[in-house]
Amino acid sequence: MVRFFCLWLLALCGLLPLQPIQAQSVDAPIQQLLQTHGEIIAKSSRKSIGPAIDALAGSGLPEAQVVLQRWQDKEMWVGKDTGLFVFGDKDGKELLATDVADGSTLGPFVAKDFKQLKPNSGIRGMIAAALVQFQLSNPDPIVRLTALSAIERDAEASHLTALRASIDGEPNADILARKTRLERLLTIQFAEDDVERIAAIKGFDGDLGVDVRAALNPLATTQIVASDTPLTGSDIRGIIAPGSDGFSETDAYALLVADDKAKPIIDPEDQKQILVANINGGSVAGFPVSTLDTQIARDEAYAALAAAGRADPVATQAETATILAGFTFYERYIGAPPNVALAAVAVLSNIENKVAVNQAVDLGLDALSLASIYFLAAIGLAITFGVMGVINMAHGEFIMMGAYTGYVVQLFVPDYTLSIILAIPLAFAVTFAAGVAMERLVIRWLYHRPLETLLATFGVSIALQQIAKNIFGTQARPLTAPGWLDGSLIINDIVQISYIRIAIFILALLFLALFLIVMNRTRLGLEVRAVTQNPRMAASMGINPDKINMLTFGFGSGIAGIAGVAIGLYAKVTSEMGADYIVQSFMTVVVGGVGNIWGTLLGATMVGSLQKGIEWLNPSNTLAAQTYMILFIILFIQFRPRGIIALKGRAAEA
Amino acid sequence: MSALLEVSGVSKSFDGFKAINNLNFSIGEAELRAVIGPNGAGKTTFMDIVTGKTRPDEGRVIWGEKSRSLLKMSESRIAQEGIGRKFQRPTIFEDQSVADNLMLALRKDRNPLKVLFFTPSEADHNRVATLAGDVGLADSLDRKAGELSHGQKQWLEIGMLLAQEPKLLLVDEPAAGMTPAEREHTTDLLVEAAKTRAVVVVEHDMEFVRRLNCRVTVLHEGSVLAEGSIDHVTSDEKVIEVYLGR
Amino acid sequence: MPKDATSSFGEKYLGGSGGLAPQSVGAKGVETTFIAKHPSVLIFLACLAVFTIGVTILAEGFGIGVISTSFVKTLGKTLCLCLVALAMDLVWGYCGILSLGHMAFFGIGGYAIGMWLMYARTELIVLSSLANAPLPPTPDEITNGIATQIFGVVGASEFPPIWAFAHSLSLQLAAVVIVPGLLALVFGWLAFRSRVTGVYLSILTQAMTLALALYLFQNDSGLRGNNGLSGLQNLPGLDDVPQSAVSLWFFWASALALGAGYLVCTWVVSGKFGSVIRAIRDDEARVRFLGYSVETYKLFIFTLTAILAAIAGALYYPQAGIINPAEIAPIASIYLAVWVAIGGRGRLYGAVIGAAFVSLLSTWFTGGQAPDINIAGVTIQWVDWWTVLLGLSFVFVTLFAPKGIGGLFDLIPRRKGETS
Repeated sequence: MVRFFCLWLLALCGLLPLQPIQAQSVDAPIQQLLQTHGEIIAKSSRKSIGPAIDALAGSGLPEAQVVLQRWQDKEMWVGKDTGLFVFGDKDGKELLATDVADGSTLGPFVAKDFKQLKPNSGIRGMIAAALVQFQLSNPDPIVRLTALSAIERDAEASHLTALRASIDGEPNADILARKTRLERLLTIQFAEDDVERIAAIKGFDGDLGVDVRAALNPLATTQIVASDTPLTGSDIRGIIAPGSDGFSETDAYALLVADDKAKPIIDPEDQKQILVANINGGSVAGFPVSTLDTQIARDEAYAALAAAGRADPVATQAETATILAGFTFYERYIGAPPNVALAAVAVLSNIENKVAVNQAVDLGLDALSLASIYFLAAIGLAITFGVMGVINMAHGEFIMMGAYTGYVVQLFVPDYTLSIILAIPLAFAVTFAAGVAMERLVIRWLYHRPLETLLATFGVSIALQQIAKNIFGTQARPLTAPGWLDGSLIINDIVQISYIRIAIFILALLFLALFLIVMNRTRLGLEVRAVTQNPRMAASMGINPDKINMLTFGFGSGIAGIAGVAIGLYAKVTSEMGADYIVQSFMTVVVGGVGNIWGTLLGATMVGSLQKGIEWLNPSNTLAAQTYMILFIILFIQFRPRGIIALKGRAAEA
Repeated sequence: MSALLEVSGVSKSFDGFKAINNLNFSIGEAELRAVIGPNGAGKTTFMDIVTGKTRPDEGRVIWGEKSRSLLKMSESRIAQEGIGRKFQRPTIFEDQSVADNLMLALRKDRNPLKVLFFTPSEADHNRVATLAGDVGLADSLDRKAGELSHGQKQWLEIGMLLAQEPKLLLVDEPAAGMTPAEREHTTDLLVEAAKTRAVVVVEHDMEFVRRLNCRVTVLHEGSVLAEGSIDHVTSDEKVIEVYLGR
Repeated sequence: MPKDATSSFGEKYLGGSGGLAPQSVGAKGVETTFIAKHPSVLIFLACLAVFTIGVTILAEGFGIGVISTSFVKTLGKTLCLCLVALAMDLVWGYCGILSLGHMAFFGIGGYAIGMWLMYARTELIVLSSLANAPLPPTPDEITNGIATQIFGVVGASEFPPIWAFAHSLSLQLAAVVIVPGLLALVFGWLAFRSRVTGVYLSILTQAMTLALALYLFQNDSGLRGNNGLSGLQNLPGLDDVPQSAVSLWFFWASALALGAGYLVCTWVVSGKFGSVIRAIRDDEARVRFLGYSVETYKLFIFTLTAILAAIAGALYYPQAGIINPAEIAPIASIYLAVWVAIGGRGRLYGAVIGAAFVSLLSTWFTGGQAPDINIAGVTIQWVDWWTVLLGLSFVFVTLFAPKGIGGLFDLIPRRKGETS
């Protein structure tokens, strides 16, 4: 201290090359503090810097935050001769210095007389951690929230104290809740006192947050240890047998080798290297090279080498088994003291049960939304198939036409909400027209020849797909949903559903209602039902079956078009998108039972939940899920050839 | 007289509608029987049940000397057992020649491998020619069945039935759409056939039934209303009320 | 060809197998030969023989070299497609089962033979690369080497169980027949037993095809996922033989298979059996009441044609050189139906003509060899528009020419004694 004071005097006396214009407050507490740790600060080593940062952070000085901040930003300089710390801003060869205590301008100096403090990234991280406590109490709520997020991402033991200190003065209820929760989590991870930790752990029983599981899982970590004497102790979770799930005999043996409890085994490749290295005059340890074409012969040759001391002894297959049998393998908690670990395991298992339930709910919602998509895709098909007995293989292409209509509308109408509102009726109109045209030109010549209809509509499907490819190219085109459909409805960390899927679900319900109203409440529906049941009788009562068929087909196709817009919103729009849905749509209709809208609904639900269910069983492989689903449906048809809701009575028997 | 076919207590309903209601029916080994009844009396369903197309909800259908149940058998098995059926509308294979149609129906092993390696013998050709002669199609053996007139198609189908050599023939409205001369010929064919086997004729036309001159069973609402000679049933009060009197 | 010559040829070479029905009442009981009753078989075989010999003379391998090796392969592949079309015609045109799954059987045949080709060839490569190693290789090393070579592309290095027989040509050849045969048998049994017919059956077969294709697309299917099997054009141990010769061998084999397949199909459809299956096509309920077990007949035809398709596939893919799951996609089977429909279903030569005509035309158009058409400044590129044309002509044929190209032969006055 005296030394600094002398220096200051010297400076005052004009002995320094460039005098400060204004007196530097050398005895300001912050400068004093810095000087106390001056050497380690100047040394800037991550290993030794800790006390300096802690002292600054814990000083309670109001300037400490600014100092830490600017230090972190590499804006702190130290006078080469004076050893005094200043904030500096280098401008060419000059350094504009300000006081660390009050920020007053000290004036320009020659830059080379000062040394810039350049904390490395490790030190900057430590400074940032130290800064947290200031940020947590910052008057600006955004700063506080940012700090909280930073801790949540990457928590450290030191944060716990800072966090606890900041809780009392927190004015904002939301932030307070977050802070309290975070404090509990940090307590679990970093608190010294086990009782405190266990209390915190139990406090999270049944909490679905991912953060809770992230905090608890490390505590429940186990390690496998081998022992030839029985191990007891509260940290032993239990015995694990080699060869059981996730712990093969090879793993067990490798563990023994790593613990120097067993001779190593040799990899055939390494063995080969050693044998090759020991080839001597066409033989290895007396075994001619040409005989070494089996693993057994090689093992013998290697054993001979080992016996001669020219290779490390290794365990043979038989030996490994004996050695393994001599050890028992235990799982031991290593993440936390046993009582803490057990508490964590108990809470985790409760949480996992609850997670499973919620995952089932989430899966159910997924299945429901997939079912609504299949329902949308299949409803048009069900109409044409059920009412007219016509298989329309080009149905998928009508879906595609609807989606491309939406895409084209968006090219002209940039507002997404408006364009979707426009696209839906337009898609209906386009595909209705296409359907009517197809009915007029192709299908009505082929009534009562279902296989021919199937084939002719194939032809149309092939042609339409290629035309779309020629016009729009092969790459996927976007059909963008309006902004208000972005995002998801989040119920908790596990159960959430995107708004688009909700919209599709609602659309599916609307279609169901529309269909029921049209069929049961309108003249058209009455006539359609009449034609379905007895076309000749209907004709004699003045209904024109030709017209009805045409309108029905148009209606079915039009719905396919709208389904196309809906599907395009959440999937890609390509020329092949129709083909992607056609088989599932047929499955839906066939499984549900032809000629009944409720059947289609059930069929869609079944196909959708089945697919999601199988995907859940084998999440890595959606292709396999589809394969198994189709196989299941083929088997299902065995037992209910006419679908879930079969037409009964003589009509079905005929 | 031992019964060839005995149907007892059979019921079948479609969506709550009782097409057959506790039906009892039996027929002897060489007997001609006419079954009459108004629309919806269950005549076709009755035939469907006997031929295995429809399974009844309850009841027994017992067949032949060994008294075997037909209910567990497939249609083809029942046909092989010796029950032949003629549909209301002539169902023949229009794309194939008359000879092919008859050859197809000829009583032979139905096993696919046997059929694959089947070579018709001279006797088979003769049998086909004879059958064609019986049904008046001797000159049309090489014609496509589709080219025949409606009546000829009916006969061809009867010929095919005869070729099957069934023990029981179920014939659904054989005379529908025939000229009077054709009807007469059909009647002769059926009466002739009934000499060696059981024949059940389902018919609407009372004149035709009268000419068959056989025992008549009247069906109404899925069960037997009356049974006996044509004169007996036509004088029955109930029959007159539900059927004839209208 | 005069009728008596036909008969003598038939009697001499094929022996007398009686026809079904007498030619006329007068000819009743007269034993006629198979060939005499079906002169179209002889015409077909003669055309095939002339074609085969012609191509051999014109090809590079042993002839004057007018036809390139790649075109010989195209022709050989076309013959295989004709064979699978024949099978399709048998199952659809004659038996009325519109199967949309026969290209799956075709593909399985290709995979079965491809496994051996790939295994045997890789084995040779691995052996030769290990031959210079300081130690002679162990059997495990050889197997692992082959497995790494074959499955490295899907990140595996061990043989999946389905490759258990890949080392043996005879076992894989048996698999060509047995695997599709069994699959068809099981699938057909399930489907026919529950009386699934008509469009339902078509959709079910399509679903089967899709399931198979999706399964094969997975990397862990054991058949190299969407990479498929490749290098099949190289016959193991015959690296010295030029492709020009190999292509001709396969061309001959394909021609032989097509000829044999044609004979088998004609035999099946001509007798009483053919009469039964056509009757099933037209009215299966009636056939049932005649006492025929319709399901068994259908199953027989379904399985037989699946095997025929698999044999065609086993000959096709060594000529194509590569097989991948896309070849099994449902659209392939749809095209098969298109060929048969355009050629004319219900007549065997129609299927052959359809397959040859459409697939060659398709090669020509999509190969960019067809001249582009310029209409009012808009250039129609056939590479892009051929599929559209094909689709529309298919609609046209279905609507206006249900007999297809084969229907043209009906315009030729029929000779006495020829049955359809």
